[in-house]
Amino acid sequence: MKKTIITVVGHDTVGITAKVCTYLAENNINILDITQTIVQEYFNMMMIVDTNKSEKSIAVLAEELNELGKEIGVIIKCQGEDIFNQMHRI
Amino acid sequence: MINIYEVTETNKMIQEENLDVRTITMGISLLDCIDADLEKTRAKIYAKITESARDLVKTGEDIAHEFGIPVVNKRISVTPIALVGGAACKTPEDFAKIAETLDLAAHEVGVNFIGGYSALVSKGMTPADEMLIRSIPQALARTERVCSSVNVGSTKTGINMDAVKLMGDIIKETAEYTKDQDSLGCAKLVVFCNAPDDNPFMAGAFHGVTEADRIINVGVSGPGVVKTALEKVRGENFEVLCETIKKTAFKVTRVGQLVAKEASERLNVPFGIVDLSLAPTPAIGDSVADILCEIGLEHAGAPGTTAALALLNDQVKKGGVMASSYVGGLSGAFIPVSEDQGMIDAVNAGALTLEKLEAMTCVCSVGLDMIAVPGDTKASTLSGIIADEMAIGMINQKTTAVRIIPVVGKGVGEVVEFGGLLGYAPIMPVNQFSCDDFVNRGGRIPAPIHSFKN
Repeated sequence: MKKTIITVVGHDTVGITAKVCTYLAENNINILDITQTIVQEYFNMMMIVDTNKSEKSIAVLAEELNELGKEIGVIIKCQGEDIFNQMHRI
Repeated sequence: MINIYEVTETNKMIQEENLDVRTITMGISLLDCIDADLEKTRAKIYAKITESARDLVKTGEDIAHEFGIPVVNKRISVTPIALVGGAACKTPEDFAKIAETLDLAAHEVGVNFIGGYSALVSKGMTPADEMLIRSIPQALARTERVCSSVNVGSTKTGINMDAVKLMGDIIKETAEYTKDQDSLGCAKLVVFCNAPDDNPFMAGAFHGVTEADRIINVGVSGPGVVKTALEKVRGENFEVLCETIKKTAFKVTRVGQLVAKEASERLNVPFGIVDLSLAPTPAIGDSVADILCEIGLEHAGAPGTTAALALLNDQVKKGGVMASSYVGGLSGAFIPVSEDQGMIDAVNAGALTLEKLEAMTCVCSVGLDMIAVPGDTKASTLSGIIADEMAIGMINQKTTAVRIIPVVGKGVGEVVEFGGLLGYAPIMPVNQFSCDDFVNRGGRIPAPIHSFKN
């Protein structure tokens, strides 16, 4: 199963996680893992998700999450996990 | 499992340090398009290219979206046209018509450059080779996306000095034909020694005759990533410096390998090579010269530059080789002047001269690249510069190249603007002493001896 990595970076405000999770639920995307830190008031979240049951491709999800990020005022990226595996694992 | 710090590191490289995949280049063999009739040849070439590369641009964009990594250029390289057009073309004008076909096909599939308007003449020229070379000025003036290259020497054959002499004239003529655009045509023309068959980078890309019918080659980049990594090891010794470059090159190349594999699978075209070159752009923070400064030089061109570049080039290869199953092309550090803000600054500061650049080409991956010189530079002087550079490649068994632009109507101190990825460049002074008698001798410089190495 290919996994997808979603990252959210930006100023910490109320409801960031809720809005992202709502979007994921609406698109039938299962969250496998969440890590979250706040560095110098910057909200930093990474989710590992399974998009296999979603009808949308990663490219479409990435575009819609990017739009959602703009609404909330954070940067949301959605990327296939391979780019990270390739770079950080031999 | 991947952790948040690794993900952040990768995304920081992409967002802040200009990590990108510089090009996915599809190599297409046109050998099966050869026909005695020019119009049939052109029709076959157009059909083969547009059919083969129909999905290239879209696939590149899909991969970019899916992994969140920019794939800046999608390009095509083809079999050297001197071989493809030899049967049909009776005049240079005939060859130029094939260039127009290539340009049309490039527009149709949406690639920004198509390379391979080339001739391989390292030992001698066939009539077709010579006609193609003579057609280069008009071909580059009449097309937008066609790139041309001529291989005039190799370690195995020596240097074809007749071709070197001719290329001096051709570069001058190309500059003249495109003088309205600051002699832009010369930015799309490369003279090579030991040209690789699988180079994905323009303007020197062509699809060698040793290659398969179609192939995917990928060029990665990331000078900014190396520079940022080196900022963290300021003052450390060379061991630490080299380790850092190696590790960074590894990471950058892995991205190229992923993109190459994905593109190859999706397009159903075999994967050729990853070219792990550090290719700068005029964007701030995307400069090879800045890496040299970070290594400890006030400006690129200062004493120590050749040594710094040599270690950079070598560590990039060492890190990159392990990251990809197949490494090829040029693979190393590019040092173009106009495409690198740090190099431009070095020239403007008086730190970097043509002679120092020539020394640097002994240890970098290519050669004298994107150098603007006065428009009144003599053709024989250009030939002399080419001969010097070819000799470096021939003796050192490496690829060297010359992409030099004698800007018509401009002199030393003025600036030429090419725009986009090609950037801008201050016009550099050229040694004024003559080499006419040397260039006019004609014939070949024999291949070098391969033992008694000192």
